[in-house]
Amino acid sequence: MNAETAGLAEAVSRLRVEAGGAPLLVMQGLVIETSGLGKVQRIVDGIDLELHAGEVLGLIGESGAGKSTIGLAALGYVRPGCRFAGGSVLFDGQDLLDLPPQRCRALRGTRIAYVAQSATASFNPAHRLIDQVVETATRQAGMGRRQAEQDARELFARLALPDPDHIGERFPHELSGGQLQRVMIAMAMICRPDLIVFDEPTTALDVTTQVEILACVRNIVEAFGTAAIYITHDLAVVTQLADRIVVLRHGRIVEEAPTRAMLAAPRESYTRSLWAVRQIRKTPEPDHGAPLLDLDGISASYGSVPVLKDVSLRVRTGGTVALVGESGSGKSTLARVVAGLLSPTAGGVRLQGNGLPRRLQDRSRDQLRRVQLIHQSPDAALNPRHSIREAIGRPLQLHSGLKGVAREARLRELMALVELKPDLLDRLPGALSGGQKQRVCIARALAAGPELLICDEVTSALDQVVQAGILAMLQRLQKELGLSCLFITHDIATVRAIADEVVVMRRGAVVESGPRDAVLETPSEDYTRLLLSCVPDVDPDWLTRLLQQRATAGDLTDAR
Amino acid sequence: MHGVLAMIAQRIALGVATLFVISMLVFLAVDMLPGDPAEAILGQSATPASLAALRQELGLNKPLVVRYADWTAGLMRGDFGRSLANDRPISELIAPRLGATLSLAALAAAIALPLGVLLGILSTVHRDRALDRVASTASLLAISFPEFFTAYMLVACFSVGLGWLPAISLSSQGGFVETLTMLALPALTLSLAVIGYVLRMTRAAIMGVMASPYVEMARLKGVGPWGVVVRHALPNALSPIINVVIINLAYLVVGVVVIEVVFVYPGLGQLLVDSVAKRDIPVVQACCMLFAGTYIGLNLLADILALLANPRLRRPRQQEARA
Amino acid sequence: MTGVMALRMAPLSARIGLAIVALYLFCLLFAPLVAPYGETEIVGGPWAGGFWDPAAEGPATLLGTDHLGRDVLSRLIYGARNSITLALLTTTLSFLTGTILGLLAAVRGGVVDQVLGRLVDLVMAFPTLIFALLVLAVAGSTLPVLIGVIALLDATRVFRIARAAAMDVAAQDFVEVARLRGEGTGWIMRREILPNIVVPLAAEFGLRFCFVFLFIATLSFIGLGIQPPTADWGSMVRENAAAISFGILMPLFPAGAIALLTIGINLVIDWAAAGHHGVSDER
Repeated sequence: MNAETAGLAEAVSRLRVEAGGAPLLVMQGLVIETSGLGKVQRIVDGIDLELHAGEVLGLIGESGAGKSTIGLAALGYVRPGCRFAGGSVLFDGQDLLDLPPQRCRALRGTRIAYVAQSATASFNPAHRLIDQVVETATRQAGMGRRQAEQDARELFARLALPDPDHIGERFPHELSGGQLQRVMIAMAMICRPDLIVFDEPTTALDVTTQVEILACVRNIVEAFGTAAIYITHDLAVVTQLADRIVVLRHGRIVEEAPTRAMLAAPRESYTRSLWAVRQIRKTPEPDHGAPLLDLDGISASYGSVPVLKDVSLRVRTGGTVALVGESGSGKSTLARVVAGLLSPTAGGVRLQGNGLPRRLQDRSRDQLRRVQLIHQSPDAALNPRHSIREAIGRPLQLHSGLKGVAREARLRELMALVELKPDLLDRLPGALSGGQKQRVCIARALAAGPELLICDEVTSALDQVVQAGILAMLQRLQKELGLSCLFITHDIATVRAIADEVVVMRRGAVVESGPRDAVLETPSEDYTRLLLSCVPDVDPDWLTRLLQQRATAGDLTDAR
Repeated sequence: MHGVLAMIAQRIALGVATLFVISMLVFLAVDMLPGDPAEAILGQSATPASLAALRQELGLNKPLVVRYADWTAGLMRGDFGRSLANDRPISELIAPRLGATLSLAALAAAIALPLGVLLGILSTVHRDRALDRVASTASLLAISFPEFFTAYMLVACFSVGLGWLPAISLSSQGGFVETLTMLALPALTLSLAVIGYVLRMTRAAIMGVMASPYVEMARLKGVGPWGVVVRHALPNALSPIINVVIINLAYLVVGVVVIEVVFVYPGLGQLLVDSVAKRDIPVVQACCMLFAGTYIGLNLLADILALLANPRLRRPRQQEARA
Repeated sequence: MTGVMALRMAPLSARIGLAIVALYLFCLLFAPLVAPYGETEIVGGPWAGGFWDPAAEGPATLLGTDHLGRDVLSRLIYGARNSITLALLTTTLSFLTGTILGLLAAVRGGVVDQVLGRLVDLVMAFPTLIFALLVLAVAGSTLPVLIGVIALLDATRVFRIARAAAMDVAAQDFVEVARLRGEGTGWIMRREILPNIVVPLAAEFGLRFCFVFLFIATLSFIGLGIQPPTADWGSMVRENAAAISFGILMPLFPAGAIALLTIGINLVIDWAAAGHHGVSDER
C-alpha cells in the first residue's frame, strides 16, 4: 500500500469511527512480560478492553497493577526491559503490535497522544516549550510552523495558562509543575488526536492545583470530542472524568462498569477497598491530657531561605495532632526541628515542660529515645543490608540494654504488636512488602520506648487497604501504650481517620488550628476552606458542583 | 546573565588560585628534600667547591620567600632560569620543544576528537547492534593497552613490516610531507587511545540521558531514532561531552610524554623525562609548570563551556509565570 | 545466585577475562616452578633464539633472549611477581586511604568534607604523570617513594568515588534514623554505609588496579619506576626498545603481557559491574 492510499484508508476509517461504528481501540488478550535474564514476570496478564471514539475510560489500580504499562501499550509502546508476549492492540482496525515500527511511530503524537505523570521530568530541559509543543505537528503532521505556533497559543489560552502568547518562549524550568502539566496537555492536543492517554497527570501535584488540571482535562476532552484513557490510583479523581471505570489488580481486570453503576454497587470487595481509608473515622478524644510537646514560636531556615515563621503548637499526652498542608508548607521541616535534625533560628521545643536542646548532638540518649520519627518511605528508612532482627534489635540494645533471651522475647513482642509474624525477623527488608516494611519501621520506633511519635506521611506511599490497616493499628497502639502523635499528612481522609486536633500550615506559618471537627467542618480561614474544597469526593458530580460554586461565588483562587 | 558571569569569574579565580598553590608546591619541592638540596642533588661525589657553586646557582643562600618571589617574577617574564646540566637559559631549551609537542598534540586532537564524538553518537543510534558492539570492544581494547604497546604494535606493522613510516621521529627538519610522515605514527598512537575514551564517554553520556522521562516522551510523540538521539538526548549530554573532549585535549598535551619517549620525539615530555633522570631540577620545575598550567587552563575551559551549555544556568529561574 | 551459577551464566568475554587473570595469578604464585631459567641467569647471546628461529645455537628458549642474553619467558614469569604484587600493594594502600577518607567526608560533612575536598581538588588539578615525575625527580626513584606517590595520587580518585557513593547512601533516611538513635560516626560508616557501597567499590578496585598497574609500567618504561636488574615488564620494554629498529619484536612480549592483563581485568569488570559503569573515566 502506498502512502496515498494508506492516507485515504485512514481518512475513511476515521469517518467510520466518527459515525459511531467500530470501537476506536480494542485490546484483546494483551500479555506483557518483563524480559530480564532472571525469572520472567507477567506484568499485564490477558487484558481485554474496548474504547469508543469520544469516550473516557478510567483505569484504576494500586502500585504494580500494570495500569501505566497498559496505557503505554495503547501507543504500541513498551518500556525497556518489557515485551509484548501475546494478544493484540487494535487502533482504528490496525494492530499496533504487528505494524512496522515507522507506521506505528507515525500514529504516535498525531492520532494517539500521551500525557505523562511528571511534567517537570517529561519536558526536555534543553528546548523552549513552544518547540516541543509543535514538534509533532510540524515534523510529522506536516503543519506549517507559523500555523502550529498560532494553534499552540490558542490552546495555551484555552488551558488558562498565563501570558499564552509568550509563555512558549520559556524553558521548562521557568514554569511551575501545574503550568507545565497544562502545557503538556496542549502538546498532546496539538494534532487533535483521536485518543489521549493521561498517565496519572495530577499525582505529583497539590490538591489545589489538581482541581485546575482536572477541569482543564475535562474541558478540552469534551471540546474536541477526544477519547481518553485516564490512569490513576485515586478513585475520587477518576470518578470526575470517566464514563466507564476498569479496576485493575496484578495485571488483570477485577471489575469493569460505568462510573455511576460502579460507585453505587461495586461487585468486588477489592473495588470497595479502594476507598478504605475514607471509611475509618476516629472519635476524637476530649482534650484533657497534659501537654507533652510544646512548640513555642519556632522559626527556621535552610541557608538563607526562611521555611518556618513563628510556629507554635501543642501535642497532649495520648493525643494526635494532624499537621496538614501542601508541599512547601513547612510541615516536614517542623518535624525535623522537633526531632533535632534542623536547629531552629528562634523559638524552643519543650517535652513535658523541659526544653530539648536544639541540636541533635546536644541531646542525651534518653532525650533521643523519647521522640521517635517514622519516615514516609519505609524503603529508604530501612537499611537494605540489615535484617529485620538487626533493625529492631539495635534500638533495644542501645536504649534498654537488653541482651540474649530477654532481647529475643522483646523482639517477638514488638513483632506481635505491629501484627507481623516473628519468622520475618531473619529476612532482609527487600523480601517484605511495602506495608510490612512500614510496620517494621513502627516496631523499630516502639523498640526505643518513645513518648512521642512523629509520623511524616507514613501512609502516603502505600496502597489504600494497607494504609487503612496501618492507620487502624496506629490508633490501637496509641491507646494501648499511651503514645502521643504528631501526624504529618496532606490527605484529608487520613486526618479524619486519625486526628484529634488539626493544624493547617501554609508557607511556613500556621493558618488555623483547633479540634478536628471544628477545623474540618467549620473552617474560619479562607485558605482552609479552599484546601478542603479541593479535596475530591467519590461522587461524579463533585467537580461540576465545585466549578459551578466557584463561578457563582467569584474565583476562590484569588485567596491564594 | 549576571549569575553565569559571576560563576565564570569564580571559576577563573579558583583556577588562578590553584595555579598559584601549584607553583608553590613545584618550587618548594626542592626544599622538601631531606638535608641540603644541593647535596641531595649532587649526591656522594660532591666536592665542597661544587656544592658552594650549586648553592649559589640555586640561590640557596637567599631566604626562601625572596627566592620564590624571584622565581615567579621570572616565570611571568618567560625567564625560567638556567639549566644545571648545560647552563643554557631554560626558555631557549623549551621553546622549540614546546612547539613540537603542541603540533603533535594538535594533529592527534584533529583526528581523534571529532571521530570519537561521531562514533559515540553513531553507537547510541545503533545501540546493541553490530556497529555498537564492535565499537565497544575495539574502544575497550584501545584504552586497555598501555600507550607503548600500541606504539610498538604500530611500529611493528608500519615500520618493520610494511616499511612505510619511520620508527623514530628524531629530525625536526624537513618539508611538510616529511614532517607529516614523521608525526604519523606518534599521532596515530595517541589518537587510538583518545578515540577509545571519547567514544565510550560520549556514548555513556548520551545513554545516561536516554533513560530520562523526556526521551521516553519524545518516543511517545513519534520521534524517530535519529531525532531522539540528536534532537532530544544530545543537547542534554552536551556538558559531559564537552567536558570529556577537553579533558582528553588536556591528556593529549600531558600524555605525549610516553609517546615522545617511544619515538624519541624532541618534545617537552622527552625533555622532562631526561631532566628528571639527570635531576636537573630547574628544568623539571619549568616543564612541570608548563604542563600544569596547560592542564589547569583546559580544565577551566571545560568547566566554563559546560556552564554555558546548560540552559538552567544560562537562564536561571527568576520567577514563575504568574498564575 | 551462587558463584558457580554465576560462572556458568557468564558470557564468553567474562570467561576469557577470568582465564587470563587466573593464568597471571598462577605465574605470580609459582614463578620459580614454572620458569625454565632463573630471573637473572644469562643463557645465551643477546636477542637470540626463540620459537621462530629453531635453528639458533644455545639452549632452547621459547621467546628468545633479551639484550643481555637472559631468557625472556623466565623474566616475563618472574616479572608477573614484581609488577603485579607492587601494583596490588599500591592499590590496596590507596583504596584503604581513599575509602576511609571518602566515607568520613560523606558522613561528617561540613568542614571535614570541605578541607578534604579542596586538598583532593588540588592534587587532581596536577596531571598525574607530571606530579609523579616531579616527586621522583626530587626524592629519587626508590620503591617506597614510588608506592607512596602513586598511592597518594590514586587515593584522590578513590576518595571521589567512595565519597560520591557514600553521599548517595548517607542521604537515605536510614542513616538519619541511625543519627536520631545517637549512633556515632564510626558505626554509621561501618555498619550503615559501607555494606551498601561494597559492590561498586569492588568493581572500582579492579579499575584502579589497572590504572596503577599501567602507571607503574609507564614509569618503569620511561626509566623511573622499578629499577634493574629486577624483572619488570615496563623496564623490559625499555631495555629492549632498541631491538625494534632491527626488526626484532622482543619488546612486544612484555608490552603484550601488560596489555593482556588489563584487558582480562576489564573484561571481568565489564561483566561483574554490568549496569554500573564500564570503564573509569579516568584521565
